[in-house]
Amino acid sequence: MWEYSDKVQEHFINPKNVGEIENADGVGNVGSIACGDALRLTIKVDENQIITDAKFKTFGCASAIASSSMLTEMLKGMKLEEAKKLTNDDIAKALGGLPKEKMHCSVMGREALEAAIADYTGAILPMAQGEVVCECFGVTDLEIIRAVKENSLKSVEEITNFTKAGGGCGKCEGRLREILVETVEGLAPFPVGMKKEKRMTTLEKIKKIEDVIEREIKPTLKKDGGDIQLVDVDGDFVTVSLRGSCAGCHSSRTTLKEYVEKKLREQVLDSLIVEEDK
Amino acid sequence: MAGTPEKVIYMDNNATTRIAPEVLDAMMPYLTEYYGNPSSMHTFGGQVGQAINHARQATADLIGAAPGEIVFTSCGTESDSTAILSAIQTFPEKNHVVTTRVEHPAVKNLCDNLEIFTGRKYHTTRLQVDADGTLDLQRFQDSLTDDTAIVSVMWANNETGVIFPVEKMAEITKERGILFHTDAVQAVGKIPINLKETAIDFLSISGHKLHAPKGIGVLYVRKGTPFVPFLNGGHQEHGRRGGTENVAAIIGLGKACELAAAHMVEENTRVRALRDKLEHGLLTSIPKSLLNGHREQRLPNTSNVSFEYVEGEAILLHMNQFNICASSGSACTSGSLEPSHVLRAMGVPFTAAHGSIRFSLSVYNTEEEVDFVLEKMPAIIAKLRAMSPFWEENK
Repeated sequence: MWEYSDKVQEHFINPKNVGEIENADGVGNVGSIACGDALRLTIKVDENQIITDAKFKTFGCASAIASSSMLTEMLKGMKLEEAKKLTNDDIAKALGGLPKEKMHCSVMGREALEAAIADYTGAILPMAQGEVVCECFGVTDLEIIRAVKENSLKSVEEITNFTKAGGGCGKCEGRLREILVETVEGLAPFPVGMKKEKRMTTLEKIKKIEDVIEREIKPTLKKDGGDIQLVDVDGDFVTVSLRGSCAGCHSSRTTLKEYVEKKLREQVLDSLIVEEDK
Repeated sequence: MAGTPEKVIYMDNNATTRIAPEVLDAMMPYLTEYYGNPSSMHTFGGQVGQAINHARQATADLIGAAPGEIVFTSCGTESDSTAILSAIQTFPEKNHVVTTRVEHPAVKNLCDNLEIFTGRKYHTTRLQVDADGTLDLQRFQDSLTDDTAIVSVMWANNETGVIFPVEKMAEITKERGILFHTDAVQAVGKIPINLKETAIDFLSISGHKLHAPKGIGVLYVRKGTPFVPFLNGGHQEHGRRGGTENVAAIIGLGKACELAAAHMVEENTRVRALRDKLEHGLLTSIPKSLLNGHREQRLPNTSNVSFEYVEGEAILLHMNQFNICASSGSACTSGSLEPSHVLRAMGVPFTAAHGSIRFSLSVYNTEEEVDFVLEKMPAIIAKLRAMSPFWEENK
């Protein structure tokens, strides 16, 4: 069970400002149902550039709901210029802190605020312009760099806690580490015991794949009367054709994914995807 | 927010169970005056050994085994590790293991990391499940090879309660000379099991899932099945598991097994009826709620229901306000950022996976409790949906 502060519990059980402002001046939508949390923030801004009202709708856990509720409370009566300076840390602090694994909930609040302000001013959201690094949760490099800088993050694990990046399939872990090293001065490129691997050339990759297929995969499949042929290598996509008793066998897909792909990932490159040539 | 035990409505029995009062009574003498070591030569210690034998018999009786086939361990996880590592040491020339995508981490993480533990490369087939959480026997049969050392498939899934056809699967592996292990921690005590009638080689039990204390487990090892110990040491458990016996917990487990046998009919009639009432009530009173897992092929105590467009942790914490205890397969409760691997393997859509709640009952639950939960749940879900940005457009 998470250890939530009294403030988090209060704002979760009895959230303030739930709903949507009709004819809102700014609307910010962030997150998605697939990601497990989402927030729609609506704000009303008067002629003096003061936020007069803020409402939220949130799908998510207790800390996501509490962060949204707290954010709307902070915003009401705030000058737009002040609101632009609000950080995720301000939201977390106002809540009396959040468990570290839940910091991304406060980040989501801040991003919704930015989106709502951008919607009001007609500006382009700068963070969305970055390159998507984590495909599972749709996090860009700009968002990650900012989270690292503002919160003095020191590890990939912390990046995941704050932005969710790397919390899904984990494929972007290498890129996250690169961003971390580029952003934080004086950080050792790799933790002790972890070696940076040289990037393989395509030719080297194909040779290695061929070698593993010939040496290990083929003999195993032949034992069951099957056979395999390498057809093509395009980036991370490896196309093979299954022959003999493997062809048409309804467990061939299992063989392909569970055995061939696994072997190649173990011994060549862990991002390889094996497909059958049909 | 701390719930006083008397008022707690405990529907999280697949996580752990209360120690039955009779179990505690049976244990107490062995935590106080009967502290002798069963291995000792004196009567004072020796009488403890007799009590352990009695517990061993009671445990064997519950699962239709012989007392000699029962090895006491520290927990279900130790039993799982012992069985799987024993099998792969028995067949050093084989390098293939078959399991499922929906195993408990005790089996899943071991199978994922066999190379670390053995220093040898293994490939693991993780059998896919269908949308209702069931396994396909043909797919299973096709996965077996001459290199397969062991198959490890849970008897019943902890999240959905779905029961797998392990008896049939063990018949198939037996013909091919492959060892069969089943993690039965959720099944034992909830459904009748008679190992004499099966070809299962190894079966794991966890005491705290059936009203015995935490810290006691069992590995059933079929007579004649090759066995390599996990914990080496003294001659305890006939050399199959070193370490001085956790006497009081073993006595407690024996008593719990006697009680489980006595309650088997009740579990499958009254408890099942309570579960069905709860489930039916939830599904009919709350729109956009759906059942996860096969409706019939399932443990009598478990119900896994998804409430679409709301998130599980938020639901649980609202239930907590009323001292109602259950579990969720949502990402936020798991501490990871993705929902339960079981629900994902079943292809439950994200709209539903994040809002899944598992209710798991026991003989200690009452109809009043079910009625109370049914009274509270619709308002909890409605409150959360009212603040969900996805509800308006999808209701």
